[in-house]
Amino acid sequence: MRAYLDSRKVFQTANYTFLIGISLLCILPFIHVLAISLSSKTAAAAGSVLFWPVGFTFKSYDYVLSKPEFLDALLITVQRVGLGTLINMFLTILIAYPLAKEVRDFKYRTAYAWYFVLTILFSGGLIPTYMIVNKTYLMDTIWALIIPGAVPVFNVILLLNFFRGLPRELEEASFVDGAGYWTVLWRILVPLSAPALATIVLFTIVGHWNSWFDGLIFMNRPENYPLQSYLQTVIIQQDLMRVASQNLDKLAEVSERTSKAAQIFMGALPILLVYPFLQKYFIKGIVLGSVKE
Amino acid sequence: MRSKRIKEMPLHLMLLPGAILVLIYCYGPMFGIIMAFQNFKPAFGFFRSEWVGIGNFSYIVDLPSTFQVLYNTVYIALMKIVAGLVVPIAIAILLNEIGKTFIKRSIQTLIYLPHFLSWIILGGILIDVLSPSSGIVNRVLEGIGLPSVYFLGDNRWFPFTVVITDLWKEFGFATIVYLAALTSINPNLYEAAIVDGANRWKQTWHITLPGMMPIIVLLTTLSLGSILNAGFDQIFNMYSPQVYESGDIIDTFVYRLGLVDAQFGPATAVGLFKSIVSLAFISVSYLLAYRLANYRIF
Repeated sequence: MRAYLDSRKVFQTANYTFLIGISLLCILPFIHVLAISLSSKTAAAAGSVLFWPVGFTFKSYDYVLSKPEFLDALLITVQRVGLGTLINMFLTILIAYPLAKEVRDFKYRTAYAWYFVLTILFSGGLIPTYMIVNKTYLMDTIWALIIPGAVPVFNVILLLNFFRGLPRELEEASFVDGAGYWTVLWRILVPLSAPALATIVLFTIVGHWNSWFDGLIFMNRPENYPLQSYLQTVIIQQDLMRVASQNLDKLAEVSERTSKAAQIFMGALPILLVYPFLQKYFIKGIVLGSVKE
Repeated sequence: MRSKRIKEMPLHLMLLPGAILVLIYCYGPMFGIIMAFQNFKPAFGFFRSEWVGIGNFSYIVDLPSTFQVLYNTVYIALMKIVAGLVVPIAIAILLNEIGKTFIKRSIQTLIYLPHFLSWIILGGILIDVLSPSSGIVNRVLEGIGLPSVYFLGDNRWFPFTVVITDLWKEFGFATIVYLAALTSINPNLYEAAIVDGANRWKQTWHITLPGMMPIIVLLTTLSLGSILNAGFDQIFNMYSPQVYESGDIIDTFVYRLGLVDAQFGPATAVGLFKSIVSLAFISVSYLLAYRLANYRIF
């Protein structure tokens, strides 16, 4: 018994150390980049910055926030998140409800379900999608970022499974009281689905905030890029033309490395801010949607 | 009967807007697949472009890089699938051994975090952190006497860098499902095992793992569907021409062929090949998931 307790203790200590080490690995790169963004250009270049700023300064943020391209891109992203989330959620709710019905209540339910699900199994691929967006005159408008992905079929499935778990009697009682489908959906099912809807809303917001590829290919003019597409060109493609465009006096006090670090951090900031709040929802939501009895 | 049809009308109306959008933006591109069999010229459109039969496909097969790209895709995707199964299961089991709720929560919060950030942000961070000259990882390696490694520019390292950094982004999130499976195991089983004298290892081996088995089987079979998805977002933001040899995958290949070189026909042909193979794998994996784990989409 004594030996068992000892080896248990050894295991527990090793386990705590290992898991805490792993979680530090997940967060330290962010802290390192944050420290670089707040360090002086010389300290960043000398490589003396670890997890604490050296030669503390806000110069790189000052430079980034004075760039009109950055602010324009941010504005486009904010519009995209607002409009896109509204449209995504409206359509998700509207489609999930009829598909959650039993065939005896809605004869064409299965046909519709396959019509939507087929689109996650098979797609036309990149080039034909690009052509259709072009043909429907969405290029260089914010709608190119919203309309092609307006029906998020995965979320529809998540929500319809949630609707199916709600007691049918509620709906039947409302029908007896003279309510129609529309009223039942918005007055009864939607309020009852708050946890599932909260999860989907948060994932949708994160999805719109993070997406970059559609902006890159559907916008011919860089001034129409949303934030992540803009960041793709300045951080990943290292497009020096853009960096050198203006504010040369401010640029003198920051380096490419510190300004990149500042932009990386600002591109992640909203997620880092909402993340602690969405945590408690998504764990529940994911489990609700994925593990069924 | 007629009244039933009228009664269902509002349901059809609710589905209408979504059905139309899907028709245009999901089924529309499927129609566009005919480009794969044409020498497509945007000026001529679908109807007046020249038909070339399987010409685009034979053109692709003759390209020297095609098989390398296919190999890279499957190789990277398979490594990701295996790592993405083993590591989250192990972490979930270890995390379950932690008794202090506060520490357990904090660890979870930290390991989920990278999942929520885009590959632009993570790519930017990783490019800096893994840089051979100034990156912190290489400074640590040099500090302990190891040679510095050009993780993102060396063909020997690139595929592993891709797999490990993808694991870094996603393992925390994947543990959620396994942790949920762990909490649903009946605690009486553990009590009975302790009475029978089983230690923690034996409990893990004979109760925990079998208890997780249905969800492990389910996720393993479902992951088969992604055999040709090696991760466009990640690779596009981390690769460079010097690692095309080991890192170019179908999706990045289609992007360059179609949107950079404007070879619409061949690019669509490759995309079609990928869609058909993926469809086959997804269908098989759903069928297996249904048979083995009684899983249904809805």
